[in-house]
Amino acid sequence: MFSDFDFEVIVSALPFLWEGMMFSLGLTLLAMLGGIFLGTLLALMRLSPFKILSYPAGAYVNLIRSIPLILVIFWFYFLIPIAVKNISGNPYAAGIGPFYSALIAFTMFEAAYYCEIIRAGIQSVPRGQVHAAYALGLNYRQATTLVILPQAFRNMIPILLTTSIILFQDTSLVYVVGLTDFMGAASKIARRDGRLVELYLFAALIYFIICFTASYFVKRLQARYNVGRN
Amino acid sequence: MIEMKNVSKWYGSFQVLKNCSTRVKKGEVVVVCGPSGSGKSTLIKTVNALEPFQQGEITVEGISVGAPGTDLPKLRSRIGMVFQNFELFPHMKVVDNINLAQIKVLNRSSDEAHAKSMALLKRVGLEAHAQKHPGQLSGGQQQRVAIARGLAMDPIAMLFDEPTSALDPEMINEVLDVMTELAREGMTMMVVTHEMGFASRVAHRVIFMDQGEIVEDANKGDFFGKPRAERAQQFLSKILHH
Repeated sequence: MFSDFDFEVIVSALPFLWEGMMFSLGLTLLAMLGGIFLGTLLALMRLSPFKILSYPAGAYVNLIRSIPLILVIFWFYFLIPIAVKNISGNPYAAGIGPFYSALIAFTMFEAAYYCEIIRAGIQSVPRGQVHAAYALGLNYRQATTLVILPQAFRNMIPILLTTSIILFQDTSLVYVVGLTDFMGAASKIARRDGRLVELYLFAALIYFIICFTASYFVKRLQARYNVGRN
Repeated sequence: MIEMKNVSKWYGSFQVLKNCSTRVKKGEVVVVCGPSGSGKSTLIKTVNALEPFQQGEITVEGISVGAPGTDLPKLRSRIGMVFQNFELFPHMKVVDNINLAQIKVLNRSSDEAHAKSMALLKRVGLEAHAQKHPGQLSGGQQQRVAIARGLAMDPIAMLFDEPTSALDPEMINEVLDVMTELAREGMTMMVVTHEMGFASRVAHRVIFMDQGEIVEDANKGDFFGKPRAERAQQFLSKILHH
């Protein structure tokens, strides 16, 4: 099987694959930042004593978490242009393009997962810390941003990063809306040159190296935090 | 200065505070004692609205704590509070713990806040530890920082919720010394504590609570001389003769 393994194919495809990798990493990073921001808001809403905030956030999180990611990507790609047309009343209104629709889909999807992590992180901050912040005269916003969230995020960093590693793998789903990420690039070359074994093995190897290395660093980070806490 | 009238509070159907009434005058030191679960901590936390209550009225310098329109952050910023578990913010340096509310709540400049913080750290004997994180300090040191953090707001009164209960015995006195000095300077203080030595030396009045009720509210001499309530007598004999 490996007797006719052709490394040349991979070498010549490297620039194209590199472009795909930059796309994957970029999308991961943007969706992660957006997801954590939105997830934080959702978590604060879910923890709010006001039902008008906590119920919609809870419903959103439970809905999104019950739907496959690939469906969410489809929805945003096909439904957002329709929504834009209906809202603007302009039947010729342009869509936002596959990249932004995918970015929004990933952000909204990941936000639901980040929300649950961040909610647990906020709840892990002792009640006494909240009392101490309020006793000093800080208001809700100040107590949250200056005292609670910094501690919550410190506890959450390992699991947030782990979730982001999975997000990185999931970005390969963007092929369904015609975008070319790393996986898509490998797939295109593989079919063009008829070199499925080489390209898919190479893609798997690269995913493995990146994700394994990242997981390793997350573990080290976690160990360091645990030591610091005792 | 602090006035409580018929304050009652329930957790579900369980009543934790029953018609509690008392007042703390300016410059007065009031010790609140009683068996655990008697509602002392809850009572003191109603004063700055960390614990809501369902019935009665509490006023601090005439401002109603329970009224819906009260600016709670402003009210709280004028009352210092020290907790059993210190509750310093672990992600900030010691000095930043003390700076934080001065800058964010009182809008002091960072230079002004820093100078105040350092002066207070010096006062509690910890200026050398300003740049450390709370986790690097002993319990007694952390509690002194917590007192400094409360004092930085130039409070009109200080609340202490079992300030020495989480401390190793050898550290209790360093905290009580700071509190004693504070009392000598005329600070209005409400102190939940089991330290009867502190109460007999420093307090003006002692409140004894049991099962959510204020059973005895007497001048120090009367309380330690001959408490009227039987439950207070039993409590005193238990903790003074161990």
